[in-house]
Amino acid sequence: MKPLLVLPIILPLAAAAGCLLAWRSRVAQRVIGVAGAAALLVAAVLLLQSVWRDGVQAVQIGRWPAPFGITLVADTFSALMVLLAGIVGFATSLYSLASIDARREQYGYHALMNVLLMGVCGAFLTGDVFNLYVWFEVMLIASFVLMALGGERAQMEGAIKYVTLNLMSSAILLAAVGVLYGLTGTLNMADLSVRVAARPAGGVMTAVSMMFLVAFGIKAAVFPLFFWLPASYHTPPAPVSAVFAGLLTKVGVYALIRMFTLVFTHDVAFTHGLITLVAAFTMLSGVLGAAAQSEFRRILSFHIISQIGYMIMGLGLFTAAAVAGSVFYIAHHIIVKTNLFFVSGVARRLRGGYRLDGLGGLYRDHPWLALMFLVPALSLAGIPPLSGFFAKFALVRAGLAIEGYGIVGVALVVGLLTLYSMTKIWSEAFWKPAPGNAAESPAPPMSADARLMLVPIALLALLTVAIGLAPGVLLELSVRAAEELMNPAGYVTCVMGEPS
Amino acid sequence: MTSVILTTTARLLHPVLLITSIFLLLRGHNEPGGGFSGGLVAASAFALHAMAHDARQARRALRIDPHVLIGVGLLTALSAGVMSLAAGAPLLTGLWTSVHMPGLGEWAIGTPLLFDVGVYLVVVGITLLIILCLSEAE
Repeated sequence: MKPLLVLPIILPLAAAAGCLLAWRSRVAQRVIGVAGAAALLVAAVLLLQSVWRDGVQAVQIGRWPAPFGITLVADTFSALMVLLAGIVGFATSLYSLASIDARREQYGYHALMNVLLMGVCGAFLTGDVFNLYVWFEVMLIASFVLMALGGERAQMEGAIKYVTLNLMSSAILLAAVGVLYGLTGTLNMADLSVRVAARPAGGVMTAVSMMFLVAFGIKAAVFPLFFWLPASYHTPPAPVSAVFAGLLTKVGVYALIRMFTLVFTHDVAFTHGLITLVAAFTMLSGVLGAAAQSEFRRILSFHIISQIGYMIMGLGLFTAAAVAGSVFYIAHHIIVKTNLFFVSGVARRLRGGYRLDGLGGLYRDHPWLALMFLVPALSLAGIPPLSGFFAKFALVRAGLAIEGYGIVGVALVVGLLTLYSMTKIWSEAFWKPAPGNAAESPAPPMSADARLMLVPIALLALLTVAIGLAPGVLLELSVRAAEELMNPAGYVTCVMGEPS
Repeated sequence: MTSVILTTTARLLHPVLLITSIFLLLRGHNEPGGGFSGGLVAASAFALHAMAHDARQARRALRIDPHVLIGVGLLTALSAGVMSLAAGAPLLTGLWTSVHMPGLGEWAIGTPLLFDVGVYLVVVGITLLIILCLSEAE
């Protein structure tokens, strides 16, 4: 069914418009916001199912034929990413019901969240480089407002850094798209794939690919372009930083993987070698940065960076098994990282802050919350049988298969250091006695709001456990996604039609 | 401070600007114009009203909350795109039909026009939302 391909864009847009119509009513906006995210999740499941059954699908928007119009394409990778966006979107909108204040809701929080989801899904589905830039902008403009909404002092400081760096990256991306168009005369990714391969591999094309690497690298927060991320992600309210941490940087990773498997494969030794090097430094700098932090969300923010390193490590190694590892890692990471930010929000609700020295005693007072923190935290560190173990295992095995001992060594050491950071949060926030006189007094029961916040946390934790217990499903999906990425012929035929 | 000259001019210009905006909107399919420029002209009519009187008066003259205009505009544009799905064509494919209007002859009417109407409403809504908010903040 072709309409399925456009539903992940139409549904959030309709929900955002609905929220605007219901501007005066906070209740109606909440209902429409959650309904939009739920509808997106359902559409995403159907899309993935249909792609799994029938293979790559494309639709030519407005019936303008392929290299001229805008194409939407869904292969297994895109469909899986849209599904992850649906899961995170739905979980976040549930979580927001309990944790976003009335003022932010009145200023259009739910509408913006849906616009953000629309931008993310558009970026995953588009088959046109310029259109990809446009979706990035849709996503970024919504995220700028979400970042600054509420107008707290710390938020403004974070937002200025976030906006400045992202605008710079957009400018570089736009310039790169322009140069690429000048060189090849096309913007359609499938057409680009053919034309770039037909050109003699030269320095100019490599230079353009480096522009893309920098532009997407800033958005994905890779070494040495990551510094905006830990400076801004801990400033907005918990659900906003959860959706940023879970989804937004991964859109940059998605774009990197898409461009460097489909288009820029003319000089793999140089470009992908560089990506592997970047991956190693990204992993290390992220995890070492985290070790120096003592604020819940700042530790998590630095860990996003080190995890991004794992994701592009698979791309750098550039074998089908390694790319499959990357895809698996992205899926695992999105669920786990969103959940950890959710938990940090509950900890703040219970203890009034994010600083680890002010937290404490959460295990004694709320053992269930502690358990639900432990699942994603141990998964992030790669402890079996949780999802992170299989993600790391797939990458390490792919690395050993092509004798990339250096990068595998880095990956293993970083896994160990991740465990150190997670242990730090565990012992500071959950294990140690609560500071001050709170230690003696009996724990106040959780408010209804906080209990509602636990629902999406429990759902995502269950998903993490489920992936860990039955990794076969996700592994099969990632292997197939990687096969499609490494052999773009099917993608190209689907978009451009049979060569005549 | 209200100036008699400005209020009188604004009252006279108001219908002219609105009619010009509709003209631009309808002209836009084949010639310069369209929903965006038409919407800007329509918004300028109300902005002029806000300058001549005040933002509250302009809101009253507009009658509809700008947020609702944006929402309705987005849904209108979206429905123009979705109609083609119902017809079995890809999203946003232009569908055309011709209508006979007495005295005016055959007119081609299509979903691109509906899309432009949506753009028009969104532009009016968003421009006025910004202008009115800023002038109320003074």
